[in-house]
Amino acid sequence: MTQLSEVRNREKIANLGTGMLRREDQRLLTGGGQFLDDLPFGDFYEAAILRSSYAHARILSINTEAAKSLNGVIAVFTASELGPILKDLPPKVTNPKLNYQVRLPIVQEYARYIGEPVAVVVAENRYIAEDALELIEVDYEPLESVGSTAQALEEGAPAVHIGSETNVAVHLIQQAGDPEAALKSSPHVLRETLHVARGGGHSIEARAVAARFDAPTQQLIVWDNTQAPHYVRQMLATIYGVSEDEIRLIAPADIGGGFGPKAQFYGEEVLIPWIAMELKHPVKWIEDRWENFISATMERTQTHRVEVGFDDDGRLLVLKDVFEHDQGAYCVGLQVPTITMSTLPGPYVIPNIHSELISCYTNIVPTSSLRGAGRPQAVVAMERMMDRIAEHLGLEPAEVRRRNLIQPDQFPYAVGLTFRDGSPLTYDSGNYPALLDGVLERINLAEFRAEQTEARKSGKFLGLGLAMFVEGTGIGPYEGARVRLTNTGRIMVSLAASPQGQGYETVYAQVAADAIGCDIDLVSVRHGDTSFIPYGQGTFASRITSTAGPAVWQASLQVKEDIIDAAASMLKIDSSELELRGDRVEVRNDPEKGVSLAEIASIANVGRHGMSVARNQPVAIERTSYFKPSQAAYSSGISAIIVSVDVETGKIEIVRSILGHDCGTVLNPLLVEGQVLGGHAHGIGNAIYEEAKYSKDGQPLTVSYLDYALPTAMEVPTPELFHVVSPSPLNPLGVKGSGEGGTIPLPASVANAVEDALRPFGARIREIPLTPDRVLAAIYGYRKGET
Amino acid sequence: MSEAAELDPVESKMWITVTINGSKGTYLVDQRLTLADFIRKQVELPGTHLGCEHGSCGACTIIMGDKAVRSCLLLAAQADGESIETVESLAEDGVLSPLQEAFHANHALQCGYCTSGFLMSLVARLREGPIESEAQAREALSGNICRCTGYTGMVAALMSLPAPNGQSGGVQ
Repeated sequence: MTQLSEVRNREKIANLGTGMLRREDQRLLTGGGQFLDDLPFGDFYEAAILRSSYAHARILSINTEAAKSLNGVIAVFTASELGPILKDLPPKVTNPKLNYQVRLPIVQEYARYIGEPVAVVVAENRYIAEDALELIEVDYEPLESVGSTAQALEEGAPAVHIGSETNVAVHLIQQAGDPEAALKSSPHVLRETLHVARGGGHSIEARAVAARFDAPTQQLIVWDNTQAPHYVRQMLATIYGVSEDEIRLIAPADIGGGFGPKAQFYGEEVLIPWIAMELKHPVKWIEDRWENFISATMERTQTHRVEVGFDDDGRLLVLKDVFEHDQGAYCVGLQVPTITMSTLPGPYVIPNIHSELISCYTNIVPTSSLRGAGRPQAVVAMERMMDRIAEHLGLEPAEVRRRNLIQPDQFPYAVGLTFRDGSPLTYDSGNYPALLDGVLERINLAEFRAEQTEARKSGKFLGLGLAMFVEGTGIGPYEGARVRLTNTGRIMVSLAASPQGQGYETVYAQVAADAIGCDIDLVSVRHGDTSFIPYGQGTFASRITSTAGPAVWQASLQVKEDIIDAAASMLKIDSSELELRGDRVEVRNDPEKGVSLAEIASIANVGRHGMSVARNQPVAIERTSYFKPSQAAYSSGISAIIVSVDVETGKIEIVRSILGHDCGTVLNPLLVEGQVLGGHAHGIGNAIYEEAKYSKDGQPLTVSYLDYALPTAMEVPTPELFHVVSPSPLNPLGVKGSGEGGTIPLPASVANAVEDALRPFGARIREIPLTPDRVLAAIYGYRKGET
Repeated sequence: MSEAAELDPVESKMWITVTINGSKGTYLVDQRLTLADFIRKQVELPGTHLGCEHGSCGACTIIMGDKAVRSCLLLAAQADGESIETVESLAEDGVLSPLQEAFHANHALQCGYCTSGFLMSLVARLREGPIESEAQAREALSGNICRCTGYTGMVAALMSLPAPNGQSGGVQ
């Protein structure tokens, strides 16, 4: 395939690389967004869902009579009315060793987390539907429940899935070299236990599904604010036992944030369309925030027991990490913990690695990918230990890192483990020393240490924390794009994946316009509707730029060729003498002579009904391309944080935040920086503020934004950003993902900074987020009974 | 009387008169209808969004009278006799206001779902006086939550607005 770099060497690239402002903004700024619940659906019935109020219970009976008799209630559904769709919602990523437990769209007998769907009320409006929820009587037999991984693994712990001998969902080990021998022979070994808490995605638009069975075309139309429309269509087709062509899945043009939870597949997505078909009337369900807290997937809970062996110079000899991962009540997918397993080694040369996962079932809402997806935790385990090595040897943390980095001439670099996509963990590209240098150019270490020492004298505690990471992005299996010349002479790009604010309508117009060499104003981009293109995967894992991007590029190059060939046939001239200018193909040396794109469309696409065309005349100018990456493309980055810790209150002030990021070729710096900045804010939340708390028996304790602290403009500083550009050789654009890099290093770098600030106290940071109570406990010692 | 009958919403409607974006109208509303749902569904101005429905995220912020208010925490009935402004009032014939234009130019929005609430909070704030420093900008933004942008673009947007004296870095 033609590479972007080749085209760049040959001709001027008009759009790619410029920070083009977004096309999406006009409608969003004026209240004209097309979010699911903004669409004029008319007389759709509205659904509300009764959710289990027990973390673990057997349902003995459900009485829906009173609810059904309420004025305005259309119907009430429980498992007993939904037999045909009581089918498993399979995990997205699985493993032969998974202790597999069936997840149904709605509770049949056992409820296993607070929030699990128990009944669906359909009414004339949501107000009446919610009234009716109150009238449903459920007879629960409460069962013992499990509220943490530690509890799940205790001897004699209650079973999350009765009948399963263990709460362990999967136990996996990956190794490189001979880690046990290396631990025995290492001159120095340090050990620590580190815990990262639960947090949520918190897209400001919660989940939503609407559905209508279109009887004239015998097609089920589903509107779903999912990140992965084709995936949802495929799941529905399988569960309903219909062909994919009988379902049209539409992710609306605007989706109010995704961050991972909207890339998963939920019971509600099965229930609502089915009920619409049963009732022969359209139905919609709009998740409220309370439901989102208790039923949308979350992430992050992991406990790492990490050991590092190193020599007198701080060179890593071995890394051993055994970690518990909270899978929640069901396995929605093993992607998160398997990503953690392979993210651990990061940018370092580590000859011996032992990465061991113990994933547990608990009676808490299931976990799945969330911006960062298992990586922030891995980076906490690795990067916290890099600082401990530095402390142990009396070296600068930056120097210890420098001594261990994989060098630019070592790519492709085989780590010796396997990544989440099933391919060997082989880094394709990067320049890790440049990332570290980028930070050190901005922070003079000697000056900072002097300032830190001086500040301590006046009771001010400053600390510097670094964290580096390598992030597998752009994973398979493929992503698709269709590029068409329309009857009006415009270029229509249709993407399979749906965006949630990333700016696809802008950046993929840039890609198509530069590939075709036409005026960007002629290019339109649409997305998220399975009727636009037959196959796709979806927006997740920072994969779209390096999968859909090349697909758009490839299809556009082919369309350009078709356009030129069509013009050549029409003008009876050799195609080498033609070029595209604005909306016309012209003879290079005789620009008066040419045909417009609309004229080409009229001949090649519209045609003359029933008439033959010239043998060399291309017809139907539309190309669909599916780009299939051979493996993940590895982005990388570094966070440097300077904090000031108030040792009286435990409050952390971020004095400076620097982020260096390498996502390969930058197609639109404005959009890339937007992604990194947003990720950075999420990382600040994870590091200091956000925690989904549960009681010991799995009762959620944070179910509003009064309890769960999302960072505001007061908490998130503007970071200093810099880019290192190591183009990926794995795709023609040289791109790698950028959606998560801002989040990934922050919990580790902030923890490192706080521990550095509190070194005079010998404080040990072992739990994240760093809420004031944890900071104070780290300074003054844990109170008895506190964990 | 059964419990179901007591909940009959048909029995509990009332007439309200509200001026919305300069246009006065009289509406029959359920007494328990929230102001947000009234604006979105009954008046059919869906640009005002619901993020949390408990008054924390600010996505549903509108201006009622001279104050920015959370329309999820009010009932439509409470707007009787009031004058309301929503995000739909800000642009004129599709021409963005300076604040909207500054949001666009500074990539201050991504998914755009929270944007309406931020804009309305800021419009109300700017009527009280110019925003002259980053600290003031952050304070003005702090009542709303955005999960996409990290707020950097919004701070930059506010700092880019022209000051009353014609210099940049403040706004009227």
